[in-house]
Amino acid sequence: MAANPMTQFEVYRIGPEIKIGAFDISFTNASLFMVVSSLAILIIFNLGSKKNSLLPNKLQLLAELSYTFITKMISDTAGSKAKPYFAFIFSLFMFVLFCNMFGMIPYSFTVTSHIIVTFILAAFIFIGVTIIGFIKHGFGYLRLFVPSGVPAVLLPLIVVIEIISYLSRPVSLSVRLFANMMAGHTMMKVFGGFVISLGIVGGWLPLSFSVALTGLEILVAFLQAYVFAILTCIYLNDALNLHH
Amino acid sequence: MIKKIIYHSVFFSFLTHKKVFGAESGGMPQLDPEFWVSQIFWLTITFGILYVVLSKLILPKISSNLESRKSQISDNIEAADKQRKESDAKLKEYEEIITKSKIEAKNIFNQAREKVLKDINAKRDVLDKQIDEEIVKAENEINKLRKDAPIKINKIAIETASELTQKLIGAEVNNSSISAIVDDLSKRNGDKYYGN
Repeated sequence: MAANPMTQFEVYRIGPEIKIGAFDISFTNASLFMVVSSLAILIIFNLGSKKNSLLPNKLQLLAELSYTFITKMISDTAGSKAKPYFAFIFSLFMFVLFCNMFGMIPYSFTVTSHIIVTFILAAFIFIGVTIIGFIKHGFGYLRLFVPSGVPAVLLPLIVVIEIISYLSRPVSLSVRLFANMMAGHTMMKVFGGFVISLGIVGGWLPLSFSVALTGLEILVAFLQAYVFAILTCIYLNDALNLHH
Repeated sequence: MIKKIIYHSVFFSFLTHKKVFGAESGGMPQLDPEFWVSQIFWLTITFGILYVVLSKLILPKISSNLESRKSQISDNIEAADKQRKESDAKLKEYEEIITKSKIEAKNIFNQAREKVLKDINAKRDVLDKQIDEEIVKAENEINKLRKDAPIKINKIAIETASELTQKLIGAEVNNSSISAIVDDLSKRNGDKYYGN
């Protein structure tokens, strides 16, 4: 059973079963790693913002660099109007990043490798962005589906394509993150299994692959968090500054 | 009728879904909906708390830290600029003072030199005058002496001659005749002795 590369994604209950009505909201290993990630973020950034010294220490530097990094990312992609959503995008990026990174620790659990988690985040972003768009532009927001400079003959087709692409945003956003995390972790597990099954003689090749994959996965963990955040910014940009 | 078909299709699709999940429960645990609600619940709680704490407590602090550092640095730069300007002004002032005092020193030196030169000239003039006077006096004296000399010599010569003749011949010779001879001689030989 341990050789099955999908076992690492199994969710199991920690502690007693908690039920609200028909819904099971028991504390699971997934919940544990959500809590751990959030706590880690809060502790690191709390320590990083506690003292305000002219020459920052390492934690303060980390916190301030992250702050300026996200600020720059938002202002580059969504402009100055996106400033009220800075805290949300900051927490989103940090949450996804820390969940991804905690998933890199052996025997841990990757929260973001579950489609339901990424889908809820993506759906929340999708609904939120749509609401913001309608609040800012009213029904004029629907002009998003009508690109300018398109021949009238092609317009019905283009509008349909635009609507489909808009509606598929939460799916693509969530599946991208989920599939990346799941595929990476599965691959690492498979190569790890090869190391065991090939033993001391032939295990070195998959082991070296495993080491290389670990580096790659850490890169992917950061990159996917970044992509998730920057796509959120781009969607937000569509809603705030209607370009079409 | 249409309603019935829709209900049926929904129902059947649900059944087949259940079957799919059942078949894949050993495959992808992500598609097992057993803990979906739990994950949604805990995601909402943790992410919600994370968002609230970050946005209300931590991010404003980081922002104010960054702002205060920025303002402090710009303040310091401003102060440094001001001080540099001040020191530049002081330097200029100092240089001005130096050049001024140099000019002053030169003036004083020139004045002193002029005064000393004047003094020297005046003293030299006085001395020259004195020397000239002395020279004139001495020349006068010499001239007087020179003028007097033939008369005195004649007189001596007359007396000597009269005494000589008295001792030699024992006879008194008339002084006037001797003086006539001496005068005659001196007139003849005066040019040889006195150069005039």
